[in-house]
Amino acid sequence: MRLITISWKNLLSNPLTFLLNCLLISFGVGILTLLLISSTQFKDKLENNSKDIDLVVGAKGSPLQLILSSIYYIDFPTGNISLTDAQELARNPMVKRAVPLGLGDNYNGFRIVGTDTSFINLYDLSLAKGNYWSKEFEVTIGASVSSSLNLKVGDKFFGSHGLTSDQDEHKSHPYIVSGVLTLQGNVTDNLILTDLSSIWSMHDEGEESEHTSTANSEAFSHGEAAVESKDTGSKEITSLLIQYYSPMSVVLFPRFVNKSTNMQAASPALESARLFSIIGIGIDTLKWFAGFIMFIATVSVFVSVYNSLKERKYDLAVMRIMGASKEKIFLIIIMEGVLLTCIGSIAGILLGHFLLEVIGNSQGVTQTRLTGVYLMFDEIYLIITGICIGIVAAIIPAIQAYRSDIAKIISKN
Amino acid sequence: MISIKGVHYSYNEDNSFSFKDWVVNAGEQWLLLGNSGCGKSTLLHIITGILAPDKGDVVINDTNLYHQLSNKERDRYRGQHIGIVFQQAHLIKSFTVEENLIMAQSFAGLPVNKTRIDEVLKSLAVHNKTKSYPNELSQGQLQRVSIARAVINKPALLIADEPTSSLDDTNTKAVLALLMSQSALNQSTLVVATHDKRVKDFFSNAYLM
Repeated sequence: MRLITISWKNLLSNPLTFLLNCLLISFGVGILTLLLISSTQFKDKLENNSKDIDLVVGAKGSPLQLILSSIYYIDFPTGNISLTDAQELARNPMVKRAVPLGLGDNYNGFRIVGTDTSFINLYDLSLAKGNYWSKEFEVTIGASVSSSLNLKVGDKFFGSHGLTSDQDEHKSHPYIVSGVLTLQGNVTDNLILTDLSSIWSMHDEGEESEHTSTANSEAFSHGEAAVESKDTGSKEITSLLIQYYSPMSVVLFPRFVNKSTNMQAASPALESARLFSIIGIGIDTLKWFAGFIMFIATVSVFVSVYNSLKERKYDLAVMRIMGASKEKIFLIIIMEGVLLTCIGSIAGILLGHFLLEVIGNSQGVTQTRLTGVYLMFDEIYLIITGICIGIVAAIIPAIQAYRSDIAKIISKN
Repeated sequence: MISIKGVHYSYNEDNSFSFKDWVVNAGEQWLLLGNSGCGKSTLLHIITGILAPDKGDVVINDTNLYHQLSNKERDRYRGQHIGIVFQQAHLIKSFTVEENLIMAQSFAGLPVNKTRIDEVLKSLAVHNKTKSYPNELSQGQLQRVSIARAVINKPALLIADEPTSSLDDTNTKAVLALLMSQSALNQSTLVVATHDKRVKDFFSNAYLM
């Protein structure tokens, strides 16, 4: 009979204590797992979606809002900028690539993004079916859009004004799906891409009157579409995604935009870091909370192993009589602690993944949706931590069992 | 053969024991008789290798327990060659009867032998309790299983410490008969330590303390 079997049977002899300790450990590890995989996914998403974008230029306002709306597509844009100004900026010698974005419409919550073919190169997109948009009102849709809305090449739909509302439909011009992208693993999976001219045509003066009266006022004020300005006749876009030729431009170019134009430059790296540090405060608090639960679990495992040792003092002495060495008795006790915390840790990791999947499924914003089906190598450290806690909690009882005087125990009995 | 020579043990200045020399031949059945506090348990603990004497030799089948074996080797030797029956059965309650016997084989460093387990349980008429837990057994069955655990590894020496103290005459006879038959069956030397004078007539050899 293996020592681990003996330890396991001993644990099961007190099922309620075993369950309570497992619950405590799994709760602590579960929170840590949830934090670990959610913050990693969130960070990955932030980095993955902005990795080739050095700067975002848009209307003045909150730089974080500009980044969130133009890179992650989860907030309203700060406003529009003049296409002429944007084109002038794009011709700056420091700029390697400038990708225009025109936002303002959605279809069932998926954003319709007016852009040009440089967007394809920026995100290194590839097609699963069909072709990229080539005419006005043709769209190429992301893989998640296709699967979620069951859209395929040739399908038609009406876009809605605003970024989240689907009530104010542009009924005069249906979009037609010309192609479906392969799964990219970034924000483009959730986008409907079209030519900028589609956005401009959709928001012509005549079209404006066709908006239904239930238009979301918030969508109008913040999510104002990139349109042709009625006052000047010049076209507008929402923002410009910029890549530099040289890293040297990191300091000079944003300063130039912010000081010399009426536009705003925002760095995705800086704003993402700022966003993550804001969220980080909450994550740190939860980590302390999880750490506290783990501490309570350690004390609880110690108390239960210690108490069970007092109850089983004679059992252990009988094992010694049967030929078990002191070292074996020590190992049996240590393994009880390790088994308990190991099972609790594995249950906690599963719990963390399950909770994150539930949270992910209840998230409204598809662009930042988290998933519990996400394995990380670092999770192994949670199990190792669990094992260490088991050893720490069981070491004192194990030493006591090792040192116990069996002759005395048997005589007393 | 078991030999005890010049064994002395001292708990403190006021409480020390010097045991007279003793030689037991293989297969003999002995009574170790003495009143409470005379040092019976101390001698038993010394013979079973769980209490090292201050001086003297304990030799079982040519193996000097305290001068030839390390602590770890002595533990294993005890598991393989010495079977002990206590006044109370004290089986490990979270394990079945069979698992208690398997544990005795495993701790002794022997391979698990289920045929041997069946054989011993059958000889003690508790073979129908293999999968039962100790709390499902009667006192008599517990006593039989504890004897089974002591003889499972065919020990050279079978020791019973006060096996009859809390039993009536009928049960005393029954337990002694079991111990004697099992020691004969397994070719083990039997030593019964007790203060119970009722058992005196059952033994032809006695070590009086």
